[in-house]
Amino acid sequence: MSQTSSKGNSTVELGIQADGRARLRTTRKKKGLINELLHNRVMFLMLLPTLIFFLVNSYFPMVGIYYAFTQFDFNSSMFNSKFVGLQNFEFLWRSGTLVKLTMNTIGYNIAFIVLGNVLAIACAILLSELNGKWFKKISQSVMFLPYFVSFVILSVIVYNLFNYDSGFLNTMLTQFGLDPVDVYSKPWAWIFLIIIFYLWKNLGYSMVIYLAAITGISDEYYEAAKIDGANIFQRIWYITVPMLKSTFVVLLLFALGSIMKGQFDLFYQLIGNNGLLYNTTDILDTYVYRSLKVTFDVGMATAAGVYQSLFGFVLIMTVNYIIRKINDDYALF
Amino acid sequence: MQIQKDKYTRMLHSIAYVVIIGLSVACLLPFLLIISASLTSNESIIRDGYHLIPKQFSLEGYKTVFIFPDEVLRAYTVTIISTVVGTTLGLFFMTMAGYVLARKDFKYRNTFSFYIYFTTLFGGGLVPWYIMITKYLGLLDSYAVLVLPGLMTPFLIILMKNFIKSAVPEELFDSGKIDGAGDFRIYWQIVLKLSMPGIATVGLFLALYYWNDWFTSSLFINDTHKYQLQFYLYNVINSAQFIAQMGAGTGVSLATEVPGESTKMAMAIVVTGPILFLYPFVQRYFVKGLTIGAVKG
Repeated sequence: MSQTSSKGNSTVELGIQADGRARLRTTRKKKGLINELLHNRVMFLMLLPTLIFFLVNSYFPMVGIYYAFTQFDFNSSMFNSKFVGLQNFEFLWRSGTLVKLTMNTIGYNIAFIVLGNVLAIACAILLSELNGKWFKKISQSVMFLPYFVSFVILSVIVYNLFNYDSGFLNTMLTQFGLDPVDVYSKPWAWIFLIIIFYLWKNLGYSMVIYLAAITGISDEYYEAAKIDGANIFQRIWYITVPMLKSTFVVLLLFALGSIMKGQFDLFYQLIGNNGLLYNTTDILDTYVYRSLKVTFDVGMATAAGVYQSLFGFVLIMTVNYIIRKINDDYALF
Repeated sequence: MQIQKDKYTRMLHSIAYVVIIGLSVACLLPFLLIISASLTSNESIIRDGYHLIPKQFSLEGYKTVFIFPDEVLRAYTVTIISTVVGTTLGLFFMTMAGYVLARKDFKYRNTFSFYIYFTTLFGGGLVPWYIMITKYLGLLDSYAVLVLPGLMTPFLIILMKNFIKSAVPEELFDSGKIDGAGDFRIYWQIVLKLSMPGIATVGLFLALYYWNDWFTSSLFINDTHKYQLQFYLYNVINSAQFIAQMGAGTGVSLATEVPGESTKMAMAIVVTGPILFLYPFVQRYFVKGLTIGAVKG
C-alpha cells in the first residue's frame, strides 16, 4: 500500500487490510484458547513476565490465607500446621484488638480522604486563579517536593521538630519562657500529627491531579458565567467545584483501595515501636507487621491480614456499587 | 482576554497568595531545619536545640558521616544497583505488558487487565507473602529480594498502557504488520520510540520507589552489608549505640567528641541529596504522569 493513498482515509483502508487476518480468525474462533495462544504467541510471551509476576507475588500468597486458620509452625509445611478453625479470629475479636484496629484504620482514612481532598481542591483552585506564571510554577514545585522524600526522612523531620531535649518546638517554647512539652508521651497529639504529616506529604500530589482537571475545564463556561454577572466565588462554586466531581470519585476509589494496603510507612516511621502511643495510633498494617517481626505470632498476624483484605474488598465493592447506582460513568467497574 | 479585577477577584487573589505562600513555607521549612541542623556543631544543638539558622556553624556532622565511608558507600551502592536493575527490568516488562494490553486485536486483553487489576482489590496479606518469599522462594538475605517484589505495580502498568494508547496511533500497529514486522519488532522499533515521555514518567516513579524503599530491607535483610540506604539511615537514627559500635568496631574511641545529633541530620541530607538535586529536572515528568493517569483512570 502506498503512503499517499493511505493518507486520506487511512483508518478505513488500513483497517480493512489488517482486519483481514482478524476476520479470518473470527471464523476460527470456536477453536479457542490454544489456537489463540499459538496465533499470538509473541504477544503472549511478551505478557508472560507480568503474568508470572502477579501469579507469584499476588495470587500464590492468597493460598496462604489458610495460615489464618492454623497454629503456625515455621518448620513444618503449610498443610501440616495444626488446624484450629476460627480460633485466631476469635481471639482477636474477644481481646478487643480487632475493634480498636478497625476504628483507628477507618478513622484515620476518613480524615485522610476528607481533609486531603478538601485541602487539595482548595489549593488547586486558588493556584489556578492566580496569574503569575513563575509564582505558580515554583509554589507547585515546592508543595510537590515532600512527596519525593522517603518516610525515613519524614521520621527524621519529626524527630528534629519534636524530640524533648533539643527539638525545634521545645527550643521555641523555652525561648518564649514556656515549659517544654514531651510530645512522645502524649497519645492524643499523634492523632493530629499523623494527619498533618499525611497532608504535608500528599498535598502536592493530589493538587497536581486536581490542577490538571481544572485546566481541562472549557473557558466557555466561565465566559458565559461572567456575562451573566457571576462573581469569582460564584464561578468557582458553581462551575469549578462540580466539574471536579469525577476526579474526586476516581481518587476516592483509589484511596479506598489503599485502606487494604494502607499508610503503613507513615504510621510505622512516626510511631515505630513506641507502645505508649498504640491506643490511638495502631492500625491494621502496623499490627500485622509487629505480629510478624516482633512477637512472631504468625497465625494471628495472618488472621488480621485476612480480615483487613476482606474488609478492604467489601468496602470498595460497596462504594463502587453505590457510585454505579448514582452515576454509572464514575464507577471503576 | 482582560480579566476585570472587581473586589471579589482581588479578595480571592489575596486569600490565594496568603494560603499558597503559607503552605509552601510549611512544605519547605522542615528541609531547612534539617539542613541547618546538619551544619550546626553538636554541642550547640545539645545546648541551644535545633534552630532555623545554625547558631554555631560546623561541618563536623558531614565529617563524621565520612570518617568511615565504607558503610555509607556500601548502602549507597546497594541502593543504586537495585534502583538501576529494578527500574530497567521493570520498565522492560511493563512496557511490553502495556503494549500488548493496548493492542485492540489482542483478544484476551480485558481478561488479563482484570487479572492484573484484581490484585489491587484483594490479596493474601503481608504474612503469606512474607512466608512465600522467605520459605518457598528462599530469598531471605539475597540481593534479588531487593529488586524482585517491586518490579511492577498495577497502577504503573495501566499508566503505561494509557501512555502507549495516546502516543501510538492504532494505524501504526497495522501498517507495521503490513510491512512485515513481527509483534515484538513493532514494540521494539515503533512503540518504544514513540512513547519515550511515558516511559520516562513510569521509570521515574519506579526509580523513586526503589530509592525510597526501606521496607524490603526491614523485612528480608538481616545482613547489615546488604541494607538499602534508607534502612541504613533508619538504623542510624534509631540506634543510640550506633556511634559507640562504630567506634568499638574500629578500635577508635569516638564517644565523646562525635557530633551525634548533627551526624544524624547530615546523614539524612546525604541520603536524600540526590533526590533534592534531581527534583527540579524530573518533576515535570511526574506532573505529566499524574495528569494522564488521572484523566483516564
